[in-house]
Amino acid sequence: MNRYFKTIRLFWSTAFASQLEYQLNFLIELLAMLGTLLGSVFILSLFFTGGRQLGDWTWESALVIQGVYTFLDGLTNALLRPNLTEIVNYVREGTLDYVLLKPIDSQFWLSVKKFSFAGLPEIILGLSIVFWAAIKSGTSFSFYSLSVFIISLSIGFVILYSVWFLIAASSIWFVKTWNATEVLRALLAAGRYPISAYPVILRFIFTLVLPVAFLTTFPAEAILGELKFNILFLGIILSSLFFIFSRFFWKFALKHYTSASS
Amino acid sequence: MKIFGLSFKVIKTLLTTQYAYMLEYRIEIALWALSGVLPFIMFSLWSENDVGNTFGLNDIGLARYFLSAFLVRQFSVVWVVFSFEEDSLSGRLSPYLLQPLHPLLRYVAAHLAEQATRLPFALAIAITFFFLNPSSFWLPSLPQLFLAYLSTHLAFSIAFLLQSLVAALCFWTEKSSALERLIFVPYLFLSGLLVPLSAFPSNVLKIAMLTPFPYLINFPAKILSGMPVDIFNGFLAQVLWILILGPSVNILWKLGVKRYTAMGA
Repeated sequence: MNRYFKTIRLFWSTAFASQLEYQLNFLIELLAMLGTLLGSVFILSLFFTGGRQLGDWTWESALVIQGVYTFLDGLTNALLRPNLTEIVNYVREGTLDYVLLKPIDSQFWLSVKKFSFAGLPEIILGLSIVFWAAIKSGTSFSFYSLSVFIISLSIGFVILYSVWFLIAASSIWFVKTWNATEVLRALLAAGRYPISAYPVILRFIFTLVLPVAFLTTFPAEAILGELKFNILFLGIILSSLFFIFSRFFWKFALKHYTSASS
Repeated sequence: MKIFGLSFKVIKTLLTTQYAYMLEYRIEIALWALSGVLPFIMFSLWSENDVGNTFGLNDIGLARYFLSAFLVRQFSVVWVVFSFEEDSLSGRLSPYLLQPLHPLLRYVAAHLAEQATRLPFALAIAITFFFLNPSSFWLPSLPQLFLAYLSTHLAFSIAFLLQSLVAALCFWTEKSSALERLIFVPYLFLSGLLVPLSAFPSNVLKIAMLTPFPYLINFPAKILSGMPVDIFNGFLAQVLWILILGPSVNILWKLGVKRYTAMGA
């Protein structure tokens, strides 16, 4: 276990050093993030014109969802995207061989190799919005609600990671699955709004098929102290299943890996 | 007769080879088409929460608008900056620059060929949409269709020039695709992909109309869906943006090529 922590530390300190070279990139990401947030809040505000509500959610509580989305988007930009989009290149160039030869779990290696520090402000800003908007909507935090929030946020992240990884791992067969992540990104954007605002069919799909609800709506409910215990329970089971499946799928994919250009 | 200094024979060859090339990536392009579902997600929110009423838009009108927005986006998507960055970093640009054909025109041909490949997928998605929302079915009249077609092409031209401007910055910086994000963000919110612009508060709308973005989705989508729209001024604005962006790209490109260092060659 210790070896894994040490590896992460080494990976991310080299990532930090190499990214210092591209400071302009950091600035661009920051601007893009602020623009995206401003735009999303503006679009959200249109749903509330004339004092209406969005699927029983008040303006402040809907902002909590935006905060959770921003936080997960930051994690995606910092960790998931830089690492998992590389897998296809390893497969295409045959360098996956070297990864597989290393005396460390290959899924671990591929998932944490890089860390894009440009995603960090988004992560921090996302959390700040969550707490600010939760306070605005009159929530008082307790040890219990905070722990449920952290658990449900972890559930969301594990699901998000597993779905990303599944698509990335399928590049062992189809080298051109990169576009599937674009479809995923488009669908995940549905998580900017509360699940109860969607028509019934979509609510079902976004809860059990592509569990967008577990990514944003449920963590937001958790911090607002409204999350039902059985949802949390379902989340723990669902995220475990997703994660186990991603590992199983990776092992399965590796059996079919035939190595390129070596 | 020549278009952009190219004879019909050259144009035909360019388009057919690019089309053959694109046909190889049918699944990829189908996924691309599918990744444009955002307008449908927004539509489901609008209709479920009855938001349209606040802005004087009924459900059928909204359904048609969002479907039109989807279709317009399908045929005005531009990715030239990504192709260009890849070609420039890998040194593939060098032979392109030597050929008696402007490299940007090669990308134009690739985009047009991709649109043709995309057409059946986009239509399949549109038919699925009608199947789920039968009451929103409509067939635009011929003049309507023609004007929508024309304005979508103009929208594509504006988007292409806008991205080429960023792509030309590749000559100065290695990571110009990062700069593309700075165009994409305002595009996402001001183009009308997520909401019809008529729902914007008037002061935001005024600012939005000063940018090229509303003419990329909102204007053609309104024509196609049959919403009231100022056709003359819309086309005028589209042409004006092309007249502003075209020469700018040309100048920046010429300055850039002088600096080209043929990376990876």
